[in-house]
Amino acid sequence: MFRYIVRRLLQMVLTFFGATFVVYALMFANIDDPLQALVGDRPLTDTQRSALNAQYHLNDGFFTQYWHYVSGLLTGDLGQSLTGRPIGDMLAQAWPVTMRLALLAIVIAAAVAVGAGVLSGLRRGGAFDTVTLVLTLLVLAMPIVVLAPLAQLVFGIQLGWFPPTATRDANLYQLLLPALVLGTLVVATELRVTRASVAENLRSDYVRTARAKGLAPKRVVGVHVLRNSLIPVVTLIGVDIGVLMSGAVVTEGVFNIPGVGFNLLRGIRTEDGPLVVSFVSVLVIVFLVINLIVDLLYAALDPRIRYE
Amino acid sequence: MPGKSPWKVAASLATIALVAAGCSGSTSEDTEVLPNSISIGIGEPSSLVPSNAVESNASQVLASLFYPLVRFDPQNKPYPVAAQSITHDKANRVWTVKLKPGFTFSNGEPVTADNYIEAWNYGAYGPNAQRASYFYSRIDGFADLQAKDPDDDGPEKAAEPQATKLRGLKKVNNLTFTVTLSENFAGWQSVMGYDAFLPLPKAAFSAPGVLNKEYGEAPIGNGPFKMKGKWSHDEKIVVEQVADFKGTVPKIGGITWKIYQDLGAQYADLIGGNLDVETKIPIESLGSASGDLGDRLGKTPSSAFSFMGFPLYEDKWKNPEVRRALSMAINREEMTDQVFLGSETPAKSFVSPVVSGARPNSCGELCEYNPTKARQLYTAANGPKDIKIGYNADGGHKAWIDAMCNQIKASLGVNCAGAPQPKLGTLLDKVRAKEDAGLIRLGWTMDYPLMENYLGPLYTSDGSSNYYGYKNSTFDSLVRQGSAAPTTAQAEKLWREAEDLLVRDMPVLPLRFGQNVFGYSDRVTDVTMDLYQKVDIYSIDFAD
Repeated sequence: MFRYIVRRLLQMVLTFFGATFVVYALMFANIDDPLQALVGDRPLTDTQRSALNAQYHLNDGFFTQYWHYVSGLLTGDLGQSLTGRPIGDMLAQAWPVTMRLALLAIVIAAAVAVGAGVLSGLRRGGAFDTVTLVLTLLVLAMPIVVLAPLAQLVFGIQLGWFPPTATRDANLYQLLLPALVLGTLVVATELRVTRASVAENLRSDYVRTARAKGLAPKRVVGVHVLRNSLIPVVTLIGVDIGVLMSGAVVTEGVFNIPGVGFNLLRGIRTEDGPLVVSFVSVLVIVFLVINLIVDLLYAALDPRIRYE
Repeated sequence: MPGKSPWKVAASLATIALVAAGCSGSTSEDTEVLPNSISIGIGEPSSLVPSNAVESNASQVLASLFYPLVRFDPQNKPYPVAAQSITHDKANRVWTVKLKPGFTFSNGEPVTADNYIEAWNYGAYGPNAQRASYFYSRIDGFADLQAKDPDDDGPEKAAEPQATKLRGLKKVNNLTFTVTLSENFAGWQSVMGYDAFLPLPKAAFSAPGVLNKEYGEAPIGNGPFKMKGKWSHDEKIVVEQVADFKGTVPKIGGITWKIYQDLGAQYADLIGGNLDVETKIPIESLGSASGDLGDRLGKTPSSAFSFMGFPLYEDKWKNPEVRRALSMAINREEMTDQVFLGSETPAKSFVSPVVSGARPNSCGELCEYNPTKARQLYTAANGPKDIKIGYNADGGHKAWIDAMCNQIKASLGVNCAGAPQPKLGTLLDKVRAKEDAGLIRLGWTMDYPLMENYLGPLYTSDGSSNYYGYKNSTFDSLVRQGSAAPTTAQAEKLWREAEDLLVRDMPVLPLRFGQNVFGYSDRVTDVTMDLYQKVDIYSIDFAD
């Protein structure tokens, strides 16, 4: 087990540098003239341009720029955004609210998906199952760019149940609507997977055996079926965190939450290379760590799986 | 059972996460707007250092923290505010600024001539790379503060500039200083109303000529408000009233500048009652805005000017008759009404009529919609059969460009199509390389309220934004003569003559003038906006 974790961690280091390199290369190719974007339509004077170029190493070739970035990264200095703010500070300010939002969305989505999924798996073809099927199709069909402003309009403005926007130190109530919207991104798939896997396991041999032994139905479903059905769901939830992070770009924009997605969107708009790369790098780390945790959890859930 | 524990762990982790998500944010209630203060929506400012601020978000916040040398009356004539008097010599070259006595910065430092001189020197010094540095370029000695990179973008470091201080700034006494310009200029007083000409306290500098890194996070100004805490990036900037301020005291006790990235989110907060003023109603909400806001929806003119440049390096656009015909083929009213829902107004002159001396209809019948005449003229002059309109796709221009093309097709019976480029930069690169990019969509917002601020950069041969290559030496000399004229009345007369040449030559198609379309909550009243997209913080008041 220990050796497995060490090996995974080493792989993560490689993946991390590979990913930042690719992101850096993409941003480098995309950036046209970020200094001009900074001042709008007005021409920059030569002196301004050379001073800013020197500050951000914009004149150097790709590998020199990447080297500047990586060496800064290894010494804990993430550099400055093009607006002159230390990126380390921006990350520290942006992450907590996005984490809270994503966690809340995951908890809501998982609770709904597992609850409703198990119910409809147990009563396949029933009224409840049909209704959830239709609802999940609806949710799947609605892109978040539509859903987020719509939810804001209906629940935030017209009904006034929730505040229409949230801030950095938002409380649970303010984050609830954005989290619900974000959760819809993943709830449908999680629900369908739970349902399918419960339905499948209900027909398996060990469940028949458990029933034949005379175990109470509650125990058959609660322990035998549920535990085995949730293995694919747990994996899915881990992967979904990545989906949620990309969904946060839209949700945070609509609800004005100054988190990770909000900053990424701005960085891309203003061609702020250092900002985008740093935020994506941290996203990569989060994604890698969560995947590791999911894999470990997998072994804990399924005794057949052993890591060497 | 060994398998049970992971579930318990997972369940308790989830609970903890949920509780943590809820609890850690519970402090947000005390940051709500105080009862005697209002909230105004802005975008994240790029910088709060006056010499580095070139956009309206920063400008709005600075207007609350600083007291400028001059402000502008409703006719856009400058009048002294922090200055006691501003006088000039006969040639308009040496300007003497006398400050009002008794003013202090919010940290208690007295405001002296040195504060202005040091701030302007800092802003003009090339290696500081301040975005508003070109504002100082009229001051004598500006060129000596700039350095040319010896190998142009190469690895060699730029040389140090010859000087660190502007030769044209001289202290007379504690409250008086003189500004010597490199060329005579009658409109200098108006220029000094801009943010770049605000003073900086001694506390802003960590060493002479070196700005304190932390200063921009919580600027100390000489204005009616001071920072409460620091700039909370992407969230808000809170300012509160300065006790016994010597100048005009605003009616409100404080302002929370709430920062939004998205105008739609800002509009939602305005309607939801979480925001008092939104300075720009998004165009997609304009349809419902009058219903949502009623008479709390306001419109005032702004200085924005949208126009279309003819690529004059192409043969097909060389004939002015063709350009005039195209101008008459466009129905400007229809565009502003149908596409912009009345948020912009049709442009029938080359200089926005908001500035002193400018006329609303200098273009005359050439900017009136007259399809029959346009067609006659166009056919007679043998205008091009295919028209392309180049624009940047990231600015939301497609709708009106398409509408304009349809008008051209209907009026002239020629083909017309939009030619989007990803960014304005890409479009301008093509234009600079004299490639076939089509007509060039452009816009302009003034820096100071003078006709010259349109005529100079947009139409003179060496104008910084004359991308289309209009050259007319008579025009150039008229603009220059106007700038050097002894009085503003004479200057404006010369500038109007220059504008008449534009009507004849038609180097661009004037299309629309912008407006500030803003909305406010029922908590506030007397909300107005100036030409620089700023809310007037001195007139805004609470509704009873």
